[in-house]
Amino acid sequence: MGEAIIQSLLFLSGFFSIFTTVGIVYELGKEALLFFQMPEISLLETVTSTRWQPHTGDFGIWPLVTSTLITSAVAMLIALPLGLAVAIYLSEYATPRARSFLKPILEVLAGIPTIVYGYFALSFMTPLLRSILGRDVVDIYNMGSAGLVMGILIMPLITSMAEDALSAVPRSLREAAYGMGATRLETALQVVLPAALSGISAAIIVGISRAVGETMIVAVAAGAGPNFTFNPFKGAETITGHIVRISGGDLSYDSVDYNSIFFLGLLLFFITLALNIFSQRFVRRFREVYE
Amino acid sequence: MQQNIETTEKPELVIETRNLNIFYNDFRAVSNVNMSVKRHRITAIIGPSGCGKTTLLRSFNRMNELVPGSHAEGEVIFDGQNLYDPMVDPVEVRYRIGMVFQIANPFPKSIYENIAWGARIHGYRGRMDGLVESCLRQAALWDEVKDKLNQSGLALSGGQQQRLCIARALAVQPEVILMDEPASALDPIATLKIEELIQELKKNYTIVIVTHNMQQAARVSDYTAMMMLSDAQRAGTVIEYNETNIIFTRPQDKRTEDYVTGRFG
Repeated sequence: MGEAIIQSLLFLSGFFSIFTTVGIVYELGKEALLFFQMPEISLLETVTSTRWQPHTGDFGIWPLVTSTLITSAVAMLIALPLGLAVAIYLSEYATPRARSFLKPILEVLAGIPTIVYGYFALSFMTPLLRSILGRDVVDIYNMGSAGLVMGILIMPLITSMAEDALSAVPRSLREAAYGMGATRLETALQVVLPAALSGISAAIIVGISRAVGETMIVAVAAGAGPNFTFNPFKGAETITGHIVRISGGDLSYDSVDYNSIFFLGLLLFFITLALNIFSQRFVRRFREVYE
Repeated sequence: MQQNIETTEKPELVIETRNLNIFYNDFRAVSNVNMSVKRHRITAIIGPSGCGKTTLLRSFNRMNELVPGSHAEGEVIFDGQNLYDPMVDPVEVRYRIGMVFQIANPFPKSIYENIAWGARIHGYRGRMDGLVESCLRQAALWDEVKDKLNQSGLALSGGQQQRLCIARALAVQPEVILMDEPASALDPIATLKIEELIQELKKNYTIVIVTHNMQQAARVSDYTAMMMLSDAQRAGTVIEYNETNIIFTRPQDKRTEDYVTGRFG
């Protein structure tokens, strides 16, 4: 009897999260449909055009998508190698003392509000990039510095999840490798890392989702105004940055702008989903199952 | 009381300990061990649970120091060199003195890769297929796995996994193989196979085996070291070391006699 109650409670909590997801997708989908029913919108133009200028009636998603992908890629380029390196250090090399010192620092890094990171990007990272690469190369608002700082934001997340995955690999596997005269590095990279890959993939997925959805840093530092460019040192608005900018203030219900927000939200959802599926596929090919 | 056996036999010494003490932080786990391991012979370490057999064994290739807080005093002479000399690289030590563990721990890689990995990290340049086959043959596993070399090593039975671990140890071509109760988790038939294999391996390798199974020590080993907690210090030490048949038929220490005849332990 008691078991049955607990089981149904647990089922309900699981169901609740699924229900929420379905509800969000439904709401986004409903409003996005309104967007496409508006006379000035054509689906074909939306998915092919490289101009997004609502005030002139141009609704091509590509400038927003490319800048979202570029800032996310820059962020992951920083967060993944750095996060994994720190995780490997903490799990395979660090003494208990070094760990107890380093982990709180990482947690502080993860706890800084993203708006602070945004101004850090604008007032520190951008001048730094401009002084290294030249003022004519790097715009004041640019995707690169937003992406770099976003990488610093995501790194502790990846470190913490990857370290859990690495620490969960049984000691006996490390001993087997050491017992054959493997060095710490060979053991960490060739035995422990492949065995922990499923947990690390979860870290990568969470990191990518965070990067694609991150709003404040890109809104502050990446630039205001859609711009179709693949140059990371140019300013370009991301999907999230665009939503923030146009939804601030007096947005009237059932206007094109209003409906476009929901379409963009849905698009963001599908980009994250697609990247998740891709990363899972990718990892499944290389992981080594130890249980 | 220490037994320092004067070695008059022909076999050459491979490992010799001199006043070896092993500590976990302040706790002395193994006290004042003087024993030797002879080339191409099987040396068994027996004794009751918790007397430091595994600790002693793991000190022979410096695996012990992977446990935080552990350190050794005294000397372990291998090939004329003290393994605990600050100049000695523990990675090199473990390359030349391999290890097989109590619970089979194959890598979660293919059977082929389990063997090839160790050879590869040490820069093996010969034909890998040939090496894999020869190691699996030496470990009496080839016929059972030759058609599924790409399957995970974890898909094998417990006894097969342990033989895979032995084959894996052979792939780096060590001089000595340390075995920590290699058959304790196996059924009698798998145990018998491992014991036959150990006998076969002594032609080319020197083997030290820890076992709490006295029949096993009597069946497979040439020399036996009997360990026990010394009453004074509560630390494990070798109370008697001799040829196996002497240990089991005419032990000189009363405690050894009590143990091997099953009166306690």
